[in-house]
Amino acid sequence: MHVFANPARFLSIARPLTGWFGWCGAVLIAVGLGAGLFLTPVDYLQGQTVRIMYVHVPAAWLGMAGWSGIAVASLAELVWRHPLAGVAGRAVALPGAVFTAICLASGSIWGRPTWGTWWEWDGRLTSMLVLLFLYIAYIALADAVAERGGQARVAAIFGLVGAVNLPIIHFSVLWWRTLHQGQSIGFTGSTIDPAILWPLPIALAGFTLLFGAIVLMRMRAALARGKVEARLRRLGSAA
Amino acid sequence: MKAKNQRLVLVLAATGALVAAALLAMSALKDQASYFYTPGDAVRDHVALGQQIRLGGMVEKGSLHREADGVTISFRVTDGAASVAARYTGIVPDLFREGSGVVAEGRFIAPGSFVADTILAKHDERYMPPQVAGSMHEAKSLKP
Repeated sequence: MHVFANPARFLSIARPLTGWFGWCGAVLIAVGLGAGLFLTPVDYLQGQTVRIMYVHVPAAWLGMAGWSGIAVASLAELVWRHPLAGVAGRAVALPGAVFTAICLASGSIWGRPTWGTWWEWDGRLTSMLVLLFLYIAYIALADAVAERGGQARVAAIFGLVGAVNLPIIHFSVLWWRTLHQGQSIGFTGSTIDPAILWPLPIALAGFTLLFGAIVLMRMRAALARGKVEARLRRLGSAA
Repeated sequence: MKAKNQRLVLVLAATGALVAAALLAMSALKDQASYFYTPGDAVRDHVALGQQIRLGGMVEKGSLHREADGVTISFRVTDGAASVAARYTGIVPDLFREGSGVVAEGRFIAPGSFVADTILAKHDERYMPPQVAGSMHEAKSLKP
């Protein structure tokens, strides 16, 4: 990991990778969503509404994977004082929050025709909403630290503490009786018929690559901004 | 011990303690955080008559009837062990049908007799095309 401790070396890899991730992601998303819209059969109970799955599941996955990334970055910052860890954590937070919001919105739109309600305070829905609030709090905290100075470690500690919510989201449908159904995809297989399931991994991979491209782009932007600020400071002190 | 390793141990110990605390808290919440009572729970917990609760379970096969006024339905909610008679006046979600999950908000007006104000449909984690479902799910729907 310390290979990337040097931002120049990180940038030399991140620059070409951004494009690859972005374009491959876009193609996979187009294929996955196109197949999900036009090629898969309807569900025996829900009919066409089941197609919301191809957006809802990747969004939920990225909302949770995003915070896992923040937790790993926070650990790297606290333990190894990795110079890019804070940058990475902040870069993940915004797209993570956006995908969590997409998950909640698409879930709400899905819930109305199937369950008969836009929103219910059951275990899964509530813990996912808490994740969105955690993202917003993390962004506010990291920005406040970046603007006013202070301990960058505060955001990292928050990032690690917030990770406690991830197992709660995952197990909410097992621990508590919820309106949300149990998990469909596990290590041992899936309760989704293969005819409906197959575009999902494609969309999942596509959205994940797009997420990676956004994170790399934001990290590069943050590093560039840091460089500009340092140069302006030097100019200011020379004049 | 190097400072780096010391920090690693400290952070991991703190995180472990935090996760353990959260898991303990969540398992203590088990009953309170549940979204609905099953018919069995409602009997066991002596839910008071008139108390607003959510009752969840399966709509018993063959129990769904529409009354003469055309908008009132009666059905039985079962959890396999116990079952409760329920009545509801109004429009139900499309997915509400016999043999499928339901969460009804309302209250008991007599032991074993429930009146619902709201009906939510609860579906399970299986998704399949109609051809696959085939005769497996020939449950009577309320739709004509």
